[in-house]
Amino acid sequence: MEITSDTHSQHISKQFNHELEELKTHLMAMGGLVEKQVQDAIEALLEGDSRLAERVRDNDKVVNDMQIKIDEECTRVLARRQPAASDLRLVLAVIRATSDLERIGDEASKIARNALSLVEAGRSPRGFVEVRHISEHVRKMVRDALTAFARFDTQLALSVVREDESVDSEYTTAMRSLMTFMMEDPRSISSILSVMWILRALERIGDHADNLAEYVIYLVKGLDIRHTDPDQLDDEAIQGKS
Amino acid sequence: MSATLSNRHAPPATPPALADFAAEASCFDLSGLSLAYDGKPALRELTLRIPRQRVTAFIGPSGCGKSTLLRALNRLHDLNDEVSRQGHIALEGQDIHAPEVDVADLRRRVGMVFQTPNPFPMSVYDNVAFGLRLQGVKRKRQLDEIVEWALDSAALWNEVKDHLHSSAWALSGGQQQRLVIARTLAVQPEVLLLDEPASALDPISTLKIEELIRTLKSRLTLVLVTHNMQQAARVSDYTAFLQAGELVEYAATDTLFTNPRLQRTENYITGRMS
Repeated sequence: MEITSDTHSQHISKQFNHELEELKTHLMAMGGLVEKQVQDAIEALLEGDSRLAERVRDNDKVVNDMQIKIDEECTRVLARRQPAASDLRLVLAVIRATSDLERIGDEASKIARNALSLVEAGRSPRGFVEVRHISEHVRKMVRDALTAFARFDTQLALSVVREDESVDSEYTTAMRSLMTFMMEDPRSISSILSVMWILRALERIGDHADNLAEYVIYLVKGLDIRHTDPDQLDDEAIQGKS
Repeated sequence: MSATLSNRHAPPATPPALADFAAEASCFDLSGLSLAYDGKPALRELTLRIPRQRVTAFIGPSGCGKSTLLRALNRLHDLNDEVSRQGHIALEGQDIHAPEVDVADLRRRVGMVFQTPNPFPMSVYDNVAFGLRLQGVKRKRQLDEIVEWALDSAALWNEVKDHLHSSAWALSGGQQQRLVIARTLAVQPEVLLLDEPASALDPISTLKIEELIRTLKSRLTLVLVTHNMQQAARVSDYTAFLQAGELVEYAATDTLFTNPRLQRTENYITGRMS
């Protein structure tokens, strides 16, 4: 059965409504912070702003604390309410989503760390065009996945799942051209390696956004589409009304 | 009772893995079953199958007809003139209302356990032997063997083996309920109907009853009526949701409790207003 974003506020127990609403609110707050972390890490890199990069690394602790807090709330709901059906799927989706958001936070922190070493090296190496392009792409994926979560929008979630394939192919192309640069100018190897790590982190962020979108489809439709080829997905089952 | 004795030493048959509902063998087949109390409808045209060697749970709000349905399965309504029935119930393909059906034999094949334990005012042993004596079993050795087998099957033997001749009323509520199950098992039923079997019991006794249900599944078909949805979710293979005498949704328990098909089911199992 399909559910909507206000499905979880119709229980006879108002306290239960409140607990589930809190889970969603806290997840969105964590998502907002993680999205900002990615944005700041990329800005620190492109602008050579080491203070901003440091701040991203410090804020990672806040992201970790949020994950623990939300997971504790989920544990409490499971223990006290024994949720079923869409309530159960919401709690499971939130637990899974916090884990992916925390990892996106880790990837942002990695980008910040590499940005710091590039700032220290004092050179503006090749590959920034690719980084800028892919980062815009994956940030949009993260934003859309979170919006899909907030609105229970399976159509938007499905578009994020399909987006991930194009990020993967952009990543492969970018890596290939960076390899060429390294062969042309061996002195730049160390800084290009840092850029490669950053691209790798961005590609992983895309994978986590893809996971978030899959949880939205599980939450709303009860369909588990993990490990399914996006081309094999049944659009009608995912987007249609049941 | 020779079948009882030969079965006693047979290893418990393992129930086949949960199959598609369509592939399950039927124990009960209900078609167009309607029941009314004094003209007031309690069940409305139920058509469903209850699969063999599975636990099927019926859930629904008070007055939805789930206990009425359970009682219909061994013709307990025959004792009430106000009840009128339409439609058919078949047990293993045979209409249970056919004129040639012996109601006493039907109730031996389809045993029933009620909400409140109802041991007879006699010893533990005599409670279990009661049905056997009615069937004419007189030899003490045979009675001893079946009583032990039934108490063992009901996971009660170890607790009562030294007090077999004490009053059944001295047992705790949970033990009394298992004694009643042992009394039912002694006559070798094919089906066990359980009407809120654990609602008067403490949580530990409840878990013992649930564990017993799980083990009995290898030999019997079990039909459970419960208000406790977590209990239905824990012990049953299939769950049917009834509302106002109608079958709303009937599905594998795993599906019904994670992703029900209908809004009405979702509202009931998640405690929403409908």
